[in-house]
Amino acid sequence: MRHICLYFQVHQPFRLRIYRFFDIGELHDYYHELNNRVLMQRIAKKCYLPMNALLKKLITRYTPERFSVAFSISGTALEQMQLYAPEALESFQDLYATGGVELLAETYAHGLASLKSETEFRRQVQLHAQTLQKLFSAQPKTFRNTELVFFDQLASWVADMGYTAILAEGASTLLGWRSPNFLYTAAAAPSLRILLRNYPLSDDIAFRFSDPTWPEYPLTAEKFAQWFRSLPKHELLINLFMDYETFGEHQWAETGIFSFFEAWVENMLQDKEVRYITPQTALAYHEPIGQLEAPKPLSWADSERDLTAWLGNDMQLDAFESLYALEPLLQNLSPEQHPDLHRDWLRLQTSDHFYYMCTKFFADGDVHKYFNPYDSPYEAYVTYMNVLADFRTRLQNAQND
Amino acid sequence: MKVLMLGWEFPPRIAGGLGVACYGLVKGLVHHGVSVTFVMPLRSGQEPPNSYRLLGANEIETPAEETPATTFWKQVRFYGVETYLGPYLEQLERPILTFLAVPETLPETTTSAPLRLFFTGKYGADLLDEVYRYAYAVSFLAQREEFDLIHAHDWLTYLAGIALKRLTGKPLVVHIHATEYDRSGENPNPIIRDIEAQGFAEADLVIAVSFYTRSIVIEKYGVPPEKVWAIHNAVLPKDRQPVERPPHKRKVVTFLGRVTYQKGPEYFVEAAARLAPKVPEAHFVVAGTGDKLRSIIHRVAELRLGSRFSFTGFLPPAEVERLFDLSDVYVMPSVSEPFGISALEALRAGVPVIISKQSGVAEVLRYALKVDFWDVERLADLIYGVLQYPAITQFFRKFAQEELSQLQWERSSARVLQAYQSVLT
Repeated sequence: MRHICLYFQVHQPFRLRIYRFFDIGELHDYYHELNNRVLMQRIAKKCYLPMNALLKKLITRYTPERFSVAFSISGTALEQMQLYAPEALESFQDLYATGGVELLAETYAHGLASLKSETEFRRQVQLHAQTLQKLFSAQPKTFRNTELVFFDQLASWVADMGYTAILAEGASTLLGWRSPNFLYTAAAAPSLRILLRNYPLSDDIAFRFSDPTWPEYPLTAEKFAQWFRSLPKHELLINLFMDYETFGEHQWAETGIFSFFEAWVENMLQDKEVRYITPQTALAYHEPIGQLEAPKPLSWADSERDLTAWLGNDMQLDAFESLYALEPLLQNLSPEQHPDLHRDWLRLQTSDHFYYMCTKFFADGDVHKYFNPYDSPYEAYVTYMNVLADFRTRLQNAQND
Repeated sequence: MKVLMLGWEFPPRIAGGLGVACYGLVKGLVHHGVSVTFVMPLRSGQEPPNSYRLLGANEIETPAEETPATTFWKQVRFYGVETYLGPYLEQLERPILTFLAVPETLPETTTSAPLRLFFTGKYGADLLDEVYRYAYAVSFLAQREEFDLIHAHDWLTYLAGIALKRLTGKPLVVHIHATEYDRSGENPNPIIRDIEAQGFAEADLVIAVSFYTRSIVIEKYGVPPEKVWAIHNAVLPKDRQPVERPPHKRKVVTFLGRVTYQKGPEYFVEAAARLAPKVPEAHFVVAGTGDKLRSIIHRVAELRLGSRFSFTGFLPPAEVERLFDLSDVYVMPSVSEPFGISALEALRAGVPVIISKQSGVAEVLRYALKVDFWDVERLADLIYGVLQYPAITQFFRKFAQEELSQLQWERSSARVLQAYQSVLT
């Protein structure tokens, strides 16, 4: 029995408005309302709604036993759907009700708290789980960290919080010679199972599908299915993890991405030995074949699979350190009494803000530019720091109240 | 007396002190009964109606037929090389190198119909190209305008001034607000430097905005000292009351100007780095843009001071006033500053100033704190003093206001009028 595990990331950040020096101390609304609304509505229309409909069709046709998928939907994306595209949220709820969906846990703000503050990390995972409970009546059992950031310490926190599985990048830095197409456990927390992203096959869809300079272009459903069939017979768990916006946004509908996906699934499922399963189902079917160690954090980003896309240059490090220097100020302020401060604290932690400050303009530059509201990383940094200056003042004032 | 004045900036279309100085000077000359026509690349259309005349070079019709001016231009050769215009580039994103397509600079004189040329009036990548076009268009005023004297501001308009003098025989006064050595240090752009030198050589008289600049003109360009007058800039009287500041605990330390070598922004940052740990409420503002902005932002990030800095980009005049209202001290650490009119504007708004000794404005201000631009320790000390001891602010406010009242454009332009008279007789 060969299993394919599909997991899609749904996330949108609250992008900042042009926030100037003169606004500091005067204006406490940091977000580009129009930009955020228009983008969320566009993505809902081009990606969430049509792809949810397609997935629902496949789940219904093949039953959840043969076709299921996993999603992680960030707290900020859920907020934006509620604010700007309630039909998208309903569509996800509807899809979840089919029984063919597993929802994963992540940090509420899709942030990098795990790299800086265990307390904040745990708090946000909890907050996200509460949100899933409220909106979907779902209790996540599998955890995925922002951009698949993974390291030993994280594995032990996640296991401690009661999660049984975690997703990570199938990078050679983690696996060495080993294959990602098996289940592993974390050396730091042996009870925690690790599912590893098969990045060549994932990126064939996510990045290369519509690239005419790729030798395999155009990618057909038959060809892609054939690649799965030609994998070693004993490698039975193939994990394809990607941004959900791949369908309809990163790859426009005109590229044929939707019909490709449907045809590929149908092609694969002609073989009765193939099933599309979710991480928790994988745990039931597969035994771990080894332990993995990650003393240093790794991610799914760029060719380096490290953190340099978010925390690579001085601007990013300065912004990141300045942000978490504020955490102690939050601890004296209850979310009930200061809902605005807590909302902004979450939204400012979203990893996209740091991504926009990235100065790596190499092969990955295209990805970094996507949905990026700024002309340059310098502007992103200057804007973010201005906002932080105002936010700090508000936190300080609240301490004295 | 009728003066044809050539300049690149005039309010509200200004990028820095040049436009502010031209405005004050014109108003002062009008006050003394001089009739002024001011020719800029293009008018914004927002200028207030006034007793002087503004003309855009883009409004000047260049004729199709052979005229003395077209004949003159046939004898002029232009440079066409890759050139470095760094300090002038306005945008963060602009390329630093630009190829000047000089063969296309001027229209063929054999065009069948009269033509008006295109101008941006900015300091863009095609600046030199625009400077040539400006000179070409303005030269046709030789026959059409009546004037007694030509007065050209900075190298941007010197070619136009030279052409007009050659065509009319009228005296030429060139005004120097900043030399290429101020902008670029010891590595001047050779084209700009040559245009400046040519302007000084052909002029009947050179007006420098300070003794500091006068000495550069004499030493670096070999201009005979008797031909160079130092006439200081001034400041227009305050036409508004400072806005009452909201009670902020924050103390704002301001740098304002182009973020270029000349203005010394890196000394501001290094002084801030020394000050920041000692004065937690200090916030540093860098207002302006330029070719050094990115490296300055990088340095601030490297020092982990981003949360203590704000970068505003270029600010229009109304926002400069707003910034002064919010500022506790104005710092001008220029490496080489011919004058530094913004220091007077800061004082006018009641903001104490710390200025570099390498500035023209230091010659006229007794009640300002002065520091060598490279002495960042001392600069940090002085900023600390102004922020921590309100008595210093009180003291400077009181005496600086008296001093400012002496620095009026009526006075400066009376001296300019004397200069005019000296070349007309």
